[in-house]
Amino acid sequence: MEQTLNSLANLGRIFLDAIGRLGRAALFLFEVVRAARVLVRRHFLVIQQVYAVGVLTLLIILVSGLFVGMVLGLQGYNTLVRFGAEESLGLVVALSLVRELGPVVTALLFAGRAGSALTAEIGLMKATEQLAGMEMMAVNPIVRVIAPRFLAGLVAMPLLAALFSAIGVLGGHLVGVGLLGVDAGAFWSQMQDGVDFNDDIVNGVIKSAVFGFICTWIAVFEGYDAVPTSEGVARATNRTVVYSSLSVLTLDFILTSLMLGEI
Amino acid sequence: MNRKILELWVGLFVAAGLLALAMLAFKVGNLATADVLNGYKIKARFDNIGGLKVKAAVTMAGVRIGRVSDITFDTGKYQAVVTMDVDGRYKTLPTDTSATILTAGLLGEQYVGLEPGAEEEYLKEGDTIRLTQSAIVLEKLIGQFVTSFAAGESKSK
Repeated sequence: MEQTLNSLANLGRIFLDAIGRLGRAALFLFEVVRAARVLVRRHFLVIQQVYAVGVLTLLIILVSGLFVGMVLGLQGYNTLVRFGAEESLGLVVALSLVRELGPVVTALLFAGRAGSALTAEIGLMKATEQLAGMEMMAVNPIVRVIAPRFLAGLVAMPLLAALFSAIGVLGGHLVGVGLLGVDAGAFWSQMQDGVDFNDDIVNGVIKSAVFGFICTWIAVFEGYDAVPTSEGVARATNRTVVYSSLSVLTLDFILTSLMLGEI
Repeated sequence: MNRKILELWVGLFVAAGLLALAMLAFKVGNLATADVLNGYKIKARFDNIGGLKVKAAVTMAGVRIGRVSDITFDTGKYQAVVTMDVDGRYKTLPTDTSATILTAGLLGEQYVGLEPGAEEEYLKEGDTIRLTQSAIVLEKLIGQFVTSFAAGESKSK
């Protein structure tokens, strides 16, 4: 009897903890957005962080984009050639990249490369009491540390996704036209015929902006909320990657169904 | 790191990202080709439009000169009213131009084909094409073929 009550109490505590964290994350987001106003005058703080989360992530994005595009070209060709429709290869590659793979894979890589680094950095600042030190000197750590990182993630993510899709299309061209002998004219003209600017490209950009928002929000919050020990920082970093990936994949389904208007 | 170099890198990154977006819009997408430049609208009434959809192509002599911008149903005449956006560069369509709904390939998408007439006057914004020919509905055609085939067979017996 007592055991049942105890496990019920445990369940309740876990639930309340989760709700509490969600509430703290929302309040934290509110403060970060409010702090972002100050950065109009101190924009170098943001530029520094765009370098850290954007420029340093560039290489992994470009290489993965190229290879994803090349694999799409190879797989698409092998399927399409059965129906004698290998001319549509460009359309297949471009649509899957612009609509889905570009935003989603970039967000996953972004969470793994930039998000985890953000969490570890902020968590370590908290563990070594740098954040508390700032407060002692009347410097608001949310303005000085968190908001620039948040804004940088917001700016960098759509640009990274666009670069991923663009280089992926080039990779598909490399394999499809260069290696497998699809006609270059058909490759591009079918693509331009089928890819709509508003329906496909703008929606892809909206998706990547939403993913950037979610990933950076999770990353900076997990860092700020980390237990200030080395183990706590390790856990927070771990959670950032897991939560970001899960929310990106879930949100992708929701956004896609909203954009296609099926539900 | 030096402030100048850092700013340079970020500038390069942003420029490359915007360039990629522009490439997606113009080279991958249809922003460069699909937009009808200062177009004018003409209408056509059809008894049956088959599977014609908004944004379908409007062609003359096989060249795409515009696109379907709206399809409505006229409850008075029980006809479909198709509004077409024709590119402003092609202002010299005669008033007796005829419109047909055609299919690209056997099972492809449907589009509107325009055939020029011989009138001296040209269609203006808001004008209606009078000569139209409905879409060929494949199911109807097959149905007709089957009944005529059956009738022919019973006669020969």
